[in-house]
Amino acid sequence: MNAVSIIELITSLLSGLRVTVTVAFFGIVLAFFLSFAAGFGRLSKYKIVRVVATVYAEVIRGTSLLVQLFWIYFALPIIGIRLSAMMAGILALGLNGGAYGSEVVRSSINSIPVGQTEASIALNLTPRRRMWRIILPQAFVQMLPGFGNLQIEILKGTALVSLITLGDLTYRANVLNASTMQTTTIFVILLAMYYLIAWPLTRGVEALEKKMKVGRY
Amino acid sequence: MWDWNFAVEVFPEIASALRITISATFAGFVLALVLGLFLTMMRRSDKVIISKGTQGFIEFIRNTPLLVQLYFIFYVFPEFGLSLSPFAAGVIGLGLHYSTYLSEVYRSGIDAVPQGQWEVGTALNFKKGQVWRKIIIPQAIPPVIPVLGNYLLTMFKETPLLSAITLVEILQTAKIIGSRSFRYLEAFTIVGILFLVLSYPSSLLIQRLDVILNRR
Repeated sequence: MNAVSIIELITSLLSGLRVTVTVAFFGIVLAFFLSFAAGFGRLSKYKIVRVVATVYAEVIRGTSLLVQLFWIYFALPIIGIRLSAMMAGILALGLNGGAYGSEVVRSSINSIPVGQTEASIALNLTPRRRMWRIILPQAFVQMLPGFGNLQIEILKGTALVSLITLGDLTYRANVLNASTMQTTTIFVILLAMYYLIAWPLTRGVEALEKKMKVGRY
Repeated sequence: MWDWNFAVEVFPEIASALRITISATFAGFVLALVLGLFLTMMRRSDKVIISKGTQGFIEFIRNTPLLVQLYFIFYVFPEFGLSLSPFAAGVIGLGLHYSTYLSEVYRSGIDAVPQGQWEVGTALNFKKGQVWRKIIIPQAIPPVIPVLGNYLLTMFKETPLLSAITLVEILQTAKIIGSRSFRYLEAFTIVGILFLVLSYPSSLLIQRLDVILNRR
């Protein structure tokens, strides 16, 4: 068998890279929205909202991402909901990330000193303005490290979609491995590629953190 | 739709695979505890090349998927003459991946020990090993035990990944049942419930432990 050059291996992995980046991007966006929805939900003054948000977060955090992914992809069709592998992957990653993210949002908001709330009441701000102008800008800075980690977790989670036959990086690498048998080279490239995607994510969050901390304690 | 008879019928088969899941979790955790300690020590090394190298290694492992690392151990190691069973490869993969997280936990515990405690060691003329064993470790580790417990739970929830390297744990068992009967709903739901039933009470227990251990 002829050895396939490294360049050729990388080019054939690139189509998988696109899928990985797409799933990661939409998964992160969905997780971000769900984090805020569930995080605020857990702080709501209405008991029913608190219960729903808490049950969502605890059930998702108590089970495993791969089980959730398989459940959405293989079990949901039985009750009539059929999703494409891509949709199932984004949904599972988003739901999972949102559950962990809700904890980030909740704890950051709770960590803002109560004096801030009292001051805004004294200044006669409406509850909405109090949250939007006083609490959230301070809480958001504290959320950044948590969200940074969450992004990396979601990116790593995208590798699981290969197990529901979505052609992401990991899936392509497995296919390539079966056809070329250049196991070591392929998996070294694969690990390096994931590291290279994660790199700008970590650095991006760090830079944002630095920028938002300017003028704050 | 949901079939109770079928669920009851397959439950014992899935539950019996829990043994593999749990033994992989604990074996991986023990490995992670030990490796994590090594990584922590190496990061504190005076030699810049060792500490920077370890830091780079930790960052690399943490930023790449566990699934790919498992494939790497299971498929690439044999190329260099080291063939591992799915269980052994899974335990090494889990242990290695989470050792990088645990090393951060140890580090936070050690950093929380006041500087004066090190000076006490010098004042008492303790050797370096004695300072660690008698002064630092007993103060650094107990406060972080709940965090370690949380990582044990996280590892437990990651074990389904080992099905990808052909280990027949609970998820793989459920998948086999599903492909045999074309009924995935019951099997996967049972797996989900088993995870929830085991991990949710454990997490409450860890929260209690945290309150008890960190009461000052």
